[in-house]
Amino acid sequence: MARGTFRGGSHPYDGKELSKDKPTTVLLPKGELVYPVSQHIGAPAKIIVEKGEHVLVGQKLAEAGGFVSACVVSSVSGTVKAIEPRLMVNGTMAESVVVENDGAYETVPGFGEKRDVTKLSKEDIRNYVKEAGIVGMGGAGFPTHVKLTPKNEDEIDYVIVNAAECEPYLTSDYRMMLEETEHLIGGLKIILQLFDHAQGVIAVEDNKPEAIAKLTALTEKEERISVRPLKTKYPQGAERMLIYAVTGRQINSSMLPADAGCIVNNVDSVISIYLAVAESTPLIRRIITVTGDAVADPRNFVVRTGTQYSELLEAAGGFREEPEKIISGGPMMGQALYSLEVPVTKTSSALLALKKDEVAAFAPGACIHCGRCIAACPGQVVPQKLYPAVMRSDYETFEKLNGMECCECGSCTFVCPAKLPLTQAFKQARKSVLDSRRKK
Amino acid sequence: MKALYHVSASPHVRSNTTTAGIMRDVVIALTPACLFGIWQFGFRAFLVLLVSVATCVASEYLFYRVVKRQKGSYECSAVVTGLLLGMNLPASVPLWMPVIGGVFAIIVVKELYGGLGQNFMNPALAGRCFLLVCFASRMASFTVEKGSGVFLNGAAAVDGISSATPLALIKEGAEYSLSDMFFGFTGGVIGETSTLMILIGAAYMVVRGVISLRIPLAYLGSFAVFMLLFGGHGADASYLAAQLCGGGLMLGAFFMATDYVTSPVTPVGRIVFGICLGVLTGIFRVFGSGAEGVSYAIIFCNLLVPLIEKITMPRAFGKGGKQYVRK
Repeated sequence: MARGTFRGGSHPYDGKELSKDKPTTVLLPKGELVYPVSQHIGAPAKIIVEKGEHVLVGQKLAEAGGFVSACVVSSVSGTVKAIEPRLMVNGTMAESVVVENDGAYETVPGFGEKRDVTKLSKEDIRNYVKEAGIVGMGGAGFPTHVKLTPKNEDEIDYVIVNAAECEPYLTSDYRMMLEETEHLIGGLKIILQLFDHAQGVIAVEDNKPEAIAKLTALTEKEERISVRPLKTKYPQGAERMLIYAVTGRQINSSMLPADAGCIVNNVDSVISIYLAVAESTPLIRRIITVTGDAVADPRNFVVRTGTQYSELLEAAGGFREEPEKIISGGPMMGQALYSLEVPVTKTSSALLALKKDEVAAFAPGACIHCGRCIAACPGQVVPQKLYPAVMRSDYETFEKLNGMECCECGSCTFVCPAKLPLTQAFKQARKSVLDSRRKK
Repeated sequence: MKALYHVSASPHVRSNTTTAGIMRDVVIALTPACLFGIWQFGFRAFLVLLVSVATCVASEYLFYRVVKRQKGSYECSAVVTGLLLGMNLPASVPLWMPVIGGVFAIIVVKELYGGLGQNFMNPALAGRCFLLVCFASRMASFTVEKGSGVFLNGAAAVDGISSATPLALIKEGAEYSLSDMFFGFTGGVIGETSTLMILIGAAYMVVRGVISLRIPLAYLGSFAVFMLLFGGHGADASYLAAQLCGGGLMLGAFFMATDYVTSPVTPVGRIVFGICLGVLTGIFRVFGSGAEGVSYAIIFCNLLVPLIEKITMPRAFGKGGKQYVRK
C-alpha cells in the first residue's frame, strides 16, 4: 500500500539511533513518589486519601473530578506523606499526593487478574478503562474513556493506533511495538469490540521497518486490523495529519476525530487499555526514553508514575557532559526543565539532555519573506503573516488568518532562516484568544 | 549539576539554514555570470561590480551608524543588492553611476522603508531604473573600447562583437545569432549576456533549495505564450528562443523576480506573480518604445505583491473545501 503522508512538515535531525536498539529495563523508584491530580485535560481529580494513610499498588489516590477527568492510581505501596503543591514539568505548582514508598509493592486485591475480554460488554470495557485512569499518552492527556465514548458510536469507521512517533529522539513507542506487540494488538482488538463497523489501523512511520514487519506478521490473520506505513516526516503523529494520511479525511481544529469517523489512540494508551481490561492493571507505569548527546548511557526505561526525573537520569549514568538544556519530551514540542525534581506523569515520554541549546545559539533576525514557514506548515496557515499580527497584539487578524488552526508543532520555527520565535508567539496568541473567549 | 539551565518554549531545535547562508548561496549562484561578464567586458566590468558592491555595503553601514541602529549578525544582503545592481549596468558607465545607483538602492529603497524585509521594490532594480531614467543615454551605451588585451578590455573588444544588444537588433529586424545569445557573445549589461551562466547559477540555487521554480517558470512560460500570441512572429521557435535568451529576462526571472522580500510568499501567489511578470514584460517588449522591459515589469509587479498575497492566501487544513463531512 502507498505510504500515507500530508502536505508541509519538516525533517529535523531525529536522534533515534541513540536509544532505539536499547531494550527497556524496569526502573524501581527509590525515594518518594509524587502524583499530581492534574495529569490530563479536564477537571482535576479529587483526592480521596488522607495524610498518613497506607496505600497499595493500584489503589486510587484521587477520583475523577467530572466527566472529562481521570482518576489517579498509586504505583507503589506506602504511606501518604503529604498532600501539597509540587513542581510540575511545565514549571507550575500543582496539588499532588506524595507517597513514601515502602518497597513492598503490595497490591490491591484482584490486581493483575486475567479476564476473558471477549465476554465483556461495551460498558464493562469503558468502565475498566475509566477506573484505570488511562489518558491519551501522546502528550495531550485527553481522558481515554471519554474518547472511547463518542456520540456517534456507529459512525466510527477507523480505530487508528498512532504509532508514528514522529517527535525526534523518542523511541519509547518503538520499543513497545517490538516488546509488547501482542499487548498492542490485544488492546486494539478490545477497542474494536466497542465499534462494530470500524477497521483497526496501526499507522507507523517507515523509519521503523522492524516494527512494521513484526506488526504485519502478527496481524496477518486479523481481518479487522491492518498496518499502514507512513512517510517519515514531522509532524506525522499530529492527530489531524495522521487521520488525513490514513483516511484522506481532513478535520479542522474545532472538530474531533470522531467527527471524521475516527478514534485515534497512542501506542502506550492502547497497551494500557489492554493491561487495564484484560489483566486488571491500572495505569501505573510509563515507558520513558532518557536520551540526548549529554546523557552518558541513553536508554529506555519502564518507570512507575510518580518517579522523580532525577532518578531516571541517574539510572542512565548521569550526564556525559554538562547540558545547556534539559527537556521533558522531544525537542519539537517538549517542555524545557530547570529542575529534575519533577515527577513522571501519565503523559511523560522522554527526558532529553542536549549539550548545545540551538535556540540560544541563533539571534532572531528580520523576516525576509522566504516562504519556508508556509511550505512547512502542516495546517496550511501563513506563519509569516501571523507573526507580525501577534507582535502588534492584533488577535482579530490572527484569528482571521486562521491562527487558531496552528497545532503548535514547531515546524515553522524550525525552518525559519531568520530564527524567529514563530510557534512561541502563536502559542501565546492562541492562549490569549482562548482566554478571552472563555470570559465572554 | 549546573545551577542554571536554558529554559525556553518549544521547539528547541533549529535548522541550519540562516539568512546569511541563503545570501551566500545567492552570491555563489551569481558568480558564473559575473565572471563571464568580466571576461567579456574586461577589467572595467570588474570595477563597476566592485564599486557597486562596495557602495551598497558602505551605505548600509553608514546608514546604521547615522540612525544608531544596532545590526545583528551580518547577513550579506547588501552584497547581493550591489552585485545585482552592478550586473545590471553596462561595463562602459562612468564609475560614479554605480555609486549613485547603490546609494539610491540601499538608502532610499531599502533602509528608509525599514531595512531588510521591509522594502516593497527590488532595491537593485529600483537603483537601475533610477539610473535609466536619469542618465538614459549613458545607460543605453554598450560601446566597448577597442583594444588589444582580453584582460583590460574584454573579449568583446577583441572579437569585435557588435555593441548593440541583440534585442535591439531583433526589434530593428536585423540578424542575430541564437547560439551567441545563449552562450553570451553579445552586447548588453555585465551580467545578462550569458543565458548559460545564469542557468548554471539558477540550477545551483534550486539544488540548494534557495528558490523554487514557481516564479521563473510561470514568468518564462507566460512570457513565451504572450510572445506567441502577440509577438507578431507566429510560432517562430528561433524568434521565441531569442526573446527568452535576450535582454535581462533570464537574469530577471531567476535572480530578481525571485527576490524573497519583493515577491509573494504564498505558493499560488508566486505563480500569479510570474504570470503578471510574463504578460507585462511581453507588453513592454512588443508595444513599448524600448526593446527591454524586464526591469520595469519586475518593479511594477513588486507593487502588486500585497494584493496578490491577499487573494492567494491558502485555505487552512480542514477548513472548507475538502473538509470531511459525514453522510
